[in-house]
Amino acid sequence: MHFVRFAGSRLVKGVIVLFAIAVLNFFLIRAAPGDPAMVLAGQAGEADAVLLAQLRERFGLDQPLLYQLWIYLKGYATLDLGFSYRQEQPVLTLILDRLPATLILTGAAFIISLVLGVLLGALAARRAGRWSDSLITTIALIFYATPLFWVALMSQIVFALKLGWLPNVGYETIGAGYTGLSRVGDVAQHLALPAITLGLFFTALYARMMRASMLEVAGADFVKTARAKGLPPSIITRRHIARNAILPVVTLAGLQAGQLVGGAVLTETVFAWPGIGRLMFDALIQRDYSVLLGVFFVSSAMVVAFNLITDIVYRVADPRIEVAA
Amino acid sequence: MQLWKKAAAAVIITGAATGTSNVWAQAPKTGDTVHVVVQPEPPSLMQGLNQNATTNMVAGNIYESLLRYDEKLNPQPSLAKSWEISSDAKTYTFKLQEGVTWHDGKPFSADDVVFSLDKFLREVHPRWRPIANNQIDKIEKVDDLTIRITLKQPFGPLMLALEPASAPIVPRHIYEGTDYRANPMNNTPIGTGPFKLKEWRKGSYIHLTKNENYWLKDKPILSEIYWHVIPDAAARAVAYETGKVDVLPGGSVDVYDVPRLSKLPNTCVTTKGWEMMAPIAWIAINHRNGILGNKQFRQGLMHAIDKEFGRDVIYGGLGKEPTGPIASKTKFYSEDVKKYDYDPAKATELIKASGYKGEPIKILGLPYGETWNRWAEAVKQNLADAGVNAELVNTDVAGWTQQTGNFDFDLSFNFVYQLGDPAIGVARSYVSSNIVKGNPFGNVGGYSNPEVDKLFAEAAVAPTEEKRQELYTKVQQILTDELPVLWLLELDFPTIYRCNVKNLVTTAIGLNDGFRDAWKE
Repeated sequence: MHFVRFAGSRLVKGVIVLFAIAVLNFFLIRAAPGDPAMVLAGQAGEADAVLLAQLRERFGLDQPLLYQLWIYLKGYATLDLGFSYRQEQPVLTLILDRLPATLILTGAAFIISLVLGVLLGALAARRAGRWSDSLITTIALIFYATPLFWVALMSQIVFALKLGWLPNVGYETIGAGYTGLSRVGDVAQHLALPAITLGLFFTALYARMMRASMLEVAGADFVKTARAKGLPPSIITRRHIARNAILPVVTLAGLQAGQLVGGAVLTETVFAWPGIGRLMFDALIQRDYSVLLGVFFVSSAMVVAFNLITDIVYRVADPRIEVAA
Repeated sequence: MQLWKKAAAAVIITGAATGTSNVWAQAPKTGDTVHVVVQPEPPSLMQGLNQNATTNMVAGNIYESLLRYDEKLNPQPSLAKSWEISSDAKTYTFKLQEGVTWHDGKPFSADDVVFSLDKFLREVHPRWRPIANNQIDKIEKVDDLTIRITLKQPFGPLMLALEPASAPIVPRHIYEGTDYRANPMNNTPIGTGPFKLKEWRKGSYIHLTKNENYWLKDKPILSEIYWHVIPDAAARAVAYETGKVDVLPGGSVDVYDVPRLSKLPNTCVTTKGWEMMAPIAWIAINHRNGILGNKQFRQGLMHAIDKEFGRDVIYGGLGKEPTGPIASKTKFYSEDVKKYDYDPAKATELIKASGYKGEPIKILGLPYGETWNRWAEAVKQNLADAGVNAELVNTDVAGWTQQTGNFDFDLSFNFVYQLGDPAIGVARSYVSSNIVKGNPFGNVGGYSNPEVDKLFAEAAVAPTEEKRQELYTKVQQILTDELPVLWLLELDFPTIYRCNVKNLVTTAIGLNDGFRDAWKE
């Protein structure tokens, strides 16, 4: 009962937050210079007043701003995310088309980074001060500090160009017409470089956080007690230290999970991965308002949802935490 | 440290060896399929409604126009089989090809041509509209395979205005009586061209497939074209090196990658195929803004800019220094004009004499990647050397379009297509009737000279080529003296491709209609 009330009130708050975000996004985008008609005309190398007027009418930009806002909110209330006049497709279709590629990429990176990060962080903490700890923390620091696009390009040059092990860009081999298992294998090959590149950054983040958190907990009184009781170190690490140390990692993972749907603009761009991050970035450059607002909305809905899930996971990880509304 | 260096060297050497062999291992060996880069992804493939550079590149193989052009810009048959021009140069009669069908199987006829030129393009096409409204008296069907265009007065440039991007022929049975821009068939373009749209995976690729019923027997020779959407320039270069793509169209890799890629095995490079567009890069000047309206000051700027450095260092040596508003590759070019060497001392002198008081001059760069950023930086330095207090303004495509189109700039980088004839591609940037807000390719600087207006107007409709040349020579002399804009470079856009792709660039618009005749060895 307690939990239902909690979830209900969070849901209501979530809807209010989403409404505020939707309105804010609308005005934020309009504050940027140019409009979609001008961008289209600018890219075409030719325009006259008639063409611009035709395009603005088609895009609905000739209507008063508040009327445009009203149409937009009315659509969203019925889960209609609008229509991209630039791409001649409903926004929902565009997003759903890109969703699988994005989820595969961000999901794979999420799993890689969470598993590797927690393991490496725990290992480093147990061996604090020894060479293996230094190695892990140094590598983590390097990947944490190196710009993603540089790692992405270097991995293409080394693994695709010099070694020839993996394809450098794309989601699958274009024109190969693979189906079934061979298609899965093909996509997996294409996935390897972007997923690892994206995953490495978060691995570094998790490893550093896990290590710091473990070391902090290791000095706590209850760990001393456990040791005094004569428990073997492996059990102490697993049950007493790791479980308590993982909470900050869960918080961070919750944040990352919220961005799963938003995609990863940089990684998707450098690897020509047809995900939502690129859809959003292109829409931004092109001032494709409806697509941009659609992606923003879906992403913020995911963040709200994952915040809620994170709170629930907290309770599972640490029963002392009362989920309060 | 020593060991690490050795290991690194070993990796690079073995890597290089496997790298080259791999070009072949990974190359798609499906016979007559060609993989081409397309960037940015076109917004639409309905060429009548959208003329973005990449729309034209892909859709120019789906749609056709009446004419094609060889590299000397001589008209060649396309949908028009032959043509006749009356002795008073006012009536053009085009005989159309027989046995042409649309991709949906419906027959093509003179009705489609009349509908396209008289209704569809007149309404939606910013380049065709002024020609149709100002020059053409009527467009009529003579019989099912003949059309006639009657002009109000002789207009020589008409024969250069009929390439696929300027006047694509669209299917009447799909568009007549509909709201053209809202027609759902815009997503599935139906043309008469050698290739049909098979699939468009947004964000990944566009797949064109052979039109089995193409009117020209034995064409096209290729059966599939895949256009790969790869947003990152460095990744595009690697995609070519690993064999994923066979063709890098002009402008798809950074200029500093061109020399490296050109040296790869089985790689050919050509700068041909841009004779129709013949783009000139320049800096537009806002004549409304104080000192910028002063001719002496502008001449000082022109002497201050090191155009050779721009070409050789920034643009990789690809192109030719322009002497004025008309590109040397196109008709009616004249060399007999005032020239401006790079001369900082003279520049400083002129700028000082013009009464310049050190007010800040803003330079708006072109948001098309690193090359253009570097160029703006170099020009800023050149101007600073001549005593001009120059500042850089950075923005994105939308910002650039808005600021340039709405005259909200001091100096703005741009490059503009010449489109084969000065009446179509050149006059628009200098005549006062084209000082119109919203169009970054109009006369954005607000330059206005009644004599120039008159010369351009007369030259467009002058009855003979000699007369036109005389008028255009005069206009070039005036413009190079008054400097409405600062011309920087006649840009070359090298196409990089595997040498076993044959006959790729055979026309004045290159890849835009090149795949009809291309084949793979």
